[in-house]
Amino acid sequence: MITAAPTRRDEAWRYSDIAAVEAAWPLPAPDSVIVPAGGSFARTIVQDSGTIHQLDIAIGNGAHAAIHVLNIGGEYGRVELNVTLHEGADFKLGAVQIGGGTQTLEVVTTVTHAEPGATSSQIVRSVLAGTATGTYLGKVAVARDAQLTDSVQSVKAMLLDRSATANAKPELEIYADDVKCAHGCAIGELDPMGLFYLQARGIAPAEAKKLMLQAFVAGVFEGATDEDMLTEAALKKLGDLV
Amino acid sequence: MLEINNLHANVGDKPILKGLTLSLGAGEIHAIMGPNGAGKSTLGYVLSGRPGYEVTEGSVTFNGQDLLALEPHERAAAGLFLGFQYPVEIPGVSNVQFLREALNAQRKVRGEAPLSGAEFLKVAREQAGALGMDMDMLKRPVNVGFSGGEKKRNEMVQMGIIDPALAILDETDSGLDIDALRTVGDGINRIMRRPDKAVLLITHYQRLLDYVKPDFVHVLDGGRITRTGGAELALELERDGYKELAA
Repeated sequence: MITAAPTRRDEAWRYSDIAAVEAAWPLPAPDSVIVPAGGSFARTIVQDSGTIHQLDIAIGNGAHAAIHVLNIGGEYGRVELNVTLHEGADFKLGAVQIGGGTQTLEVVTTVTHAEPGATSSQIVRSVLAGTATGTYLGKVAVARDAQLTDSVQSVKAMLLDRSATANAKPELEIYADDVKCAHGCAIGELDPMGLFYLQARGIAPAEAKKLMLQAFVAGVFEGATDEDMLTEAALKKLGDLV
Repeated sequence: MLEINNLHANVGDKPILKGLTLSLGAGEIHAIMGPNGAGKSTLGYVLSGRPGYEVTEGSVTFNGQDLLALEPHERAAAGLFLGFQYPVEIPGVSNVQFLREALNAQRKVRGEAPLSGAEFLKVAREQAGALGMDMDMLKRPVNVGFSGGEKKRNEMVQMGIIDPALAILDETDSGLDIDALRTVGDGINRIMRRPDKAVLLITHYQRLLDYVKPDFVHVLDGGRITRTGGAELALELERDGYKELAA
């Protein structure tokens, strides 16, 4: 079935580069992964060429899935995850997006706790320079009988220039009454006093910024099988921006 | 070593330094005392190049170089060290990583080979040990969760590792208990009291000067040096206060 390309009126595409989306439309069917009960799944997505990644994951009873995302390349890059958790399942997302110039980068997630006792954790860090736009839309839906859901969203963005834009929208839709759904969201700039402190000890401005940004994204890729590769690629991109 | 001549500086639109002249020779320790708001911290920030501190008149030369033409990191590489009154917390960046990068950045500017991880750790361990700081603290993020006294001690460990030619220490004695004051005082003497180095101690109180005996004491008031004397001037100030002196 071919549907029309989305417009800005579609909430999930509101901040997208619509011209780029239209050029890519129609999209191929999303990747689909089913993690069997008790199983475990890990995937690393590096978006470095301006593409739209769509991934549907169903996580079976007591199973685990961990996704690590580095969203850095192309004029428009989008990573979209649709996750369904069954009883006692666990989902972890660690995502970093780093954009400069006129890039538009997005991480869009829908995490559905369909059954009781599942846990989900999403950590998203964005670093944006120039007139780049970085967006995180994260919906957590908890079904009526999905009691004892434990869900966390930690979303932070760092703007290196006043002309860059960060959008962050954690969204909760909860129909159960015994759940924990934490969400934190912050958008800020590098601490000028911290930068001066590093420079006063001999570190050049670009290196000082890089050091602080490295600290900002540190930990997101912890435990990823490709941790070193991801960290190195993130640092290289940060080096290009500062 | 350091020649400050008729220095005027603004913070924002407000003039703070109004014609400050001061000369520091190699091997000398100078103390600057003065009431709150006199411009003591501003002097430290202007000399180290903090953004927002604008020099409107005058000159500063450091070992013959025009200090004011240099960026903050270049001033550090040239041998200037500012001990912060309020050392800054930098979450996520470990002391060890920060100091090794800082030291090697300075060495690179001076055309010296970088220290390896092992060589650096040896220096760091020596300096931390001499100042009674646990190596575990050096592995923690810069100043995060440190008490006021630990932060000041950390400044001294940094000074020991970086080994500058000129240290400007901005109220390094504030927030220290008696034992820590002695440790910090000993640290300043050990690291900086050398014929080829100089120190500018910015302080409110005489007590640090019991441990680090200054060769000169200056009173900074209203943005300029209003009086200069020897170590005895600090005692006089302690006894009579700044008001008495101004009268």
